[in-house]
Amino acid sequence: MIDDAPGAAPSEPLKLVLYIAGQTPKSMAAIANLERICAETGPGKYTVEVIDLKKDPKLAREHNIVAIPTLVRQLPVPIRKIIGDLSDREKVLVHLKVGG
Amino acid sequence: MVETKGISKSPTGIDGFDDLTLGGLPTGRPTLVRGSAGCGKTLFASTFLLNGTREFDEPGVFVTFEERPVDIVNNVASLGFEMDRLIDEGKVWIEHIAVDPAELAEIGEYDLEALFLRLELAIDQVGAKRIVLDTIESLFSAFTNPAILRAEIRRLFDWLKDRGMTTVITAERGDGSLTRQGLEEYVSDCVLLLDHRVHNQISTRRLRIVKYRGTAHGTNEYPFLIDEDGFSVLPVSSLGLNHKVHEDRISSGVPDLDAMLTGGGFHRGSSVLLSGVAGSGKSSLAACFADAACKSGERALYFSFEESAAQTVRNMRSIGVELKQWLDSGTLRHIAARPTFYSLEMHLAVMLREVQRFKPSLVVLDPISAFMGSADALEVQSMMLRMVDFLKSNGITAVFTHLMHSQDGTAETDVGLSSLMDAWILLLNREVNGEFNRELYLLKARGMSHSNQVREFIMSDDGIRLLTPYLGETGALTGSARKSEEAKARRAEVARRVEVQRLAEAIDTRRRKAKAEIEALQAEIEADEIELRRIEADEETYLSQALTDREDMEKSRRA
Repeated sequence: MIDDAPGAAPSEPLKLVLYIAGQTPKSMAAIANLERICAETGPGKYTVEVIDLKKDPKLAREHNIVAIPTLVRQLPVPIRKIIGDLSDREKVLVHLKVGG
Repeated sequence: MVETKGISKSPTGIDGFDDLTLGGLPTGRPTLVRGSAGCGKTLFASTFLLNGTREFDEPGVFVTFEERPVDIVNNVASLGFEMDRLIDEGKVWIEHIAVDPAELAEIGEYDLEALFLRLELAIDQVGAKRIVLDTIESLFSAFTNPAILRAEIRRLFDWLKDRGMTTVITAERGDGSLTRQGLEEYVSDCVLLLDHRVHNQISTRRLRIVKYRGTAHGTNEYPFLIDEDGFSVLPVSSLGLNHKVHEDRISSGVPDLDAMLTGGGFHRGSSVLLSGVAGSGKSSLAACFADAACKSGERALYFSFEESAAQTVRNMRSIGVELKQWLDSGTLRHIAARPTFYSLEMHLAVMLREVQRFKPSLVVLDPISAFMGSADALEVQSMMLRMVDFLKSNGITAVFTHLMHSQDGTAETDVGLSSLMDAWILLLNREVNGEFNRELYLLKARGMSHSNQVREFIMSDDGIRLLTPYLGETGALTGSARKSEEAKARRAEVARRVEVQRLAEAIDTRRRKAKAEIEALQAEIEADEIELRRIEADEETYLSQALTDREDMEKSRRA
């Protein structure tokens, strides 16, 4: 399972953006969970950007974010969104899988 | 803004609604507008928002969960709202919250903080006082965890309340009396119900205030209308019998008819019923009333349920009544609507609204019998009662025409209206000797003594005239019978005149003859007198000669 997800597209890294709003427990949990997933699946497979919407609420409008935390896989298309604190690691990987 | 004790209200600028709620929606609180699809929820919400911006200087945010902003702008553009201009001016903002469940996965705990951030941004951006959430229930189809959603919606409403936002939330009507997601649970201040019902293939929109905490409000269902003027609620308020009574008179436009009433014309504010069979001149007479009102500088409102304005103008021109000038100058307004166009209640509501807007001194309804087809008699009667009461209480003269199907026996209107009316003019079209003649009869005129005569009703190029019928030996005659009888009388008159003249001439002749005879006799007498004088002179000569002769003889004897 762990190797399946990155193995589908080994050459280009998945571009992920995590939207949070301030230092809330849910946001902190999402960051921690995402960091753990990235570390376990190996470096170079993901590029992760964390955006705090509290600091720039305009981005919530521009990127059409409603729930917090939201993890967006921008590349490869189509865009996929995962909301929640990413506590279920396997489910996260299934949803991030290319073409899945 | 109308302040009542304890609760302040934000006017919606919707015709009638603010009167109904004594000021509008509760300021700084959420109002739930619920109703089934297509009953005008979104329109109500956008009217509230845009009127707030335009008329009450309260900027607003429209949060749409379904329609795209461009659709919303286009939808209200047809009602004369330039929403895009208001957006450019920074007074209105449309926040489009689109959540596509297909591209979304839920893993673990989340909240809707980003939604709050976006609303906060939009509110601060325009300095909003009003906000519309249309319809927040769509979130329930996007997110699968109802527990989180409910908590967040509750938090959202509290948050909007804290910020003092006057909020309108729209929601679909569910199976029961509640909305599909039971949003009533969160909104305890004001709940409105919009309804859309079809009866006899005629649809009526209705609005009801289910709940309005802390204020008195009407509990009835009120019809409302969505037309080119936008959203308007039409409260058909209950009316009593405490109308003002007017003593002054108004002309019917037919001098002969006015003359039939002692004092000349009908009382202002009275209800006049014109009833008659087809083609008896009801509409023409009604138009004369309107024409007379316009001539005296007052406004008249003509509701036609059968003819268009152009048709009425053309028809009235043929009897010398020119309505176009009044239509052009704005003193006359002609509104044509088929009875089946609205429900009865809606007709009433629309008429009341038009009357309130136009403020005429005379209203014509032509003909009220047209409603008989679309509703039952009782409903029509109650509608007419409300109309009559409304017009009376406003001192507006009302002219109703009513088509009778038969003029035999007792004169009775289908609608049972005769008792409501102050004056009733009966127009008859009677067949006598192979021709139809129009007749007019004043059946009743409350508070006025009036002629009891049946008049012949004549429509000509120069208007309507009422002729006193010819009272012949066989009763009152009209039409050709009247003409022939009049001709007969004329002929007899001529004959009599000729006879008199003949007699006069005969006497004259005799007089002249007698005179001639007298002259002849006098001449005779004169001749005799001359003869007599001659004889007398002869006698005298003879006597003197005789004397002379005797004297001569005596002289000779002596000698």
